[in-house]
Amino acid sequence: MATQANPEAVLPAQGIEAPRSGRIDPKYLRSRTSRSNFEMMAWVFMRVSGAALVVLIFVHLWVNLMVGDGIHQIDFSFVAGKWANPVWQFWDLTMLWLAMLHGTNGMRTIINDYAEKDSTRAWLKAILYLSAAVIIILGTMVIFTFEPCLTDEAGNLLEGVAPEFCHGV
Amino acid sequence: MSTATVENEPASTVDLGESGDGAGAIESFEVTLKVRRYDPERAEDAWWDEWTLTMYGTDRVLDALHKVKWEIDGSLTFRRSCAHGICGSDAMRINGRNRLACKTLLKDLDTSKPITVEAIKGLPIEKDLIVDMEPFFQSYREIMPFLINNSPAPTAERLQSPEDRERFDDTTKCILCAACTSSCPVFWTDGQYFGPAAIVNAHRFIFDSRDDAGDMRLEVLNDKEGVWRCRTTFNCTDACPRGIEVTKAIQEVKTAIITRSL
Repeated sequence: MATQANPEAVLPAQGIEAPRSGRIDPKYLRSRTSRSNFEMMAWVFMRVSGAALVVLIFVHLWVNLMVGDGIHQIDFSFVAGKWANPVWQFWDLTMLWLAMLHGTNGMRTIINDYAEKDSTRAWLKAILYLSAAVIIILGTMVIFTFEPCLTDEAGNLLEGVAPEFCHGV
Repeated sequence: MSTATVENEPASTVDLGESGDGAGAIESFEVTLKVRRYDPERAEDAWWDEWTLTMYGTDRVLDALHKVKWEIDGSLTFRRSCAHGICGSDAMRINGRNRLACKTLLKDLDTSKPITVEAIKGLPIEKDLIVDMEPFFQSYREIMPFLINNSPAPTAERLQSPEDRERFDDTTKCILCAACTSSCPVFWTDGQYFGPAAIVNAHRFIFDSRDDAGDMRLEVLNDKEGVWRCRTTFNCTDACPRGIEVTKAIQEVKTAIITRSL
């Protein structure tokens, strides 16, 4: 007998809001969801770049500080000598890009976590992205356009600055 | 049966043992309860109230709150329903940690100092220890916490092997008390994050072999306010009164989203 009740009353009401809908504090309403895998990619990138950076930075420090004369060998000509080798150019370029993107993404999540207002968040991120872009572009330009054998206007090598191997050229 | 207690007291049917200083003697002690009060009709800001009570070794924080409400200050407001750790109504911040008042024995806390009781954080306080749970349940609703199966319903129950059942056993224990979500520092910031409880309940269906909508739930949690906002601080795992490994469940959902897109 119970199943013989008015079928209209059994059906869920259509188009009627739930009793407590619209009651949520607007600050909790999630902004429109964006269908993208960006956050997932960023999360995976952090793990992959982190693992790569451990190797890159450890070898970088080892070669600079432990091999040969150690910390005393580091000067203009030491850096010039390293960058004459394409392997080290590539190594430093990778390190620069991965470290900057890794760090920038880390800062981005920190800003997302700590900034409470959308405007604060937008400003901090704008400053962050701008500074990251400046450093990445500048660093990349330095690695590719680096000129170890500096000359004066007359075309003579600058004494005391140019590394040893420039004299042979 | 000889008795040393008051003669008009009916003999207990519970065997309390021979040891101690007499049948039924329970250690009693003084305890100071410090509760963060808020009542927008009385004051704009929250304030702290302190009461010193005589409580017993078998009493919980909830019993102390009851003693205050029933005998001292009836205006003290808090939620509790079953009072036995099942309904999840009385999650609160006790001595700076989210717990259920009905599962926290006073004797297990440091009674030499006042026991502080506050409402759970990150949700708007309505009065005293009562918060507006609506944002919490909104996230819960968004992950579709119900079985979705596209195949025709069988005449009997949908069968599942013990191994398949075991896969999501941990996350079936959730009682929706909000202790985890309101202990999450990412949720505290702006309340936009789905929160551990919603992810735990999504996990319960994503890894259920009888459910067909795991993909939809993974898509919901792939949101920028979804699982990727988890910082694995383990606050949720520490807070869960049911001992659910919440952070592990969140990590499993992350892995599922990544493997799905590969």
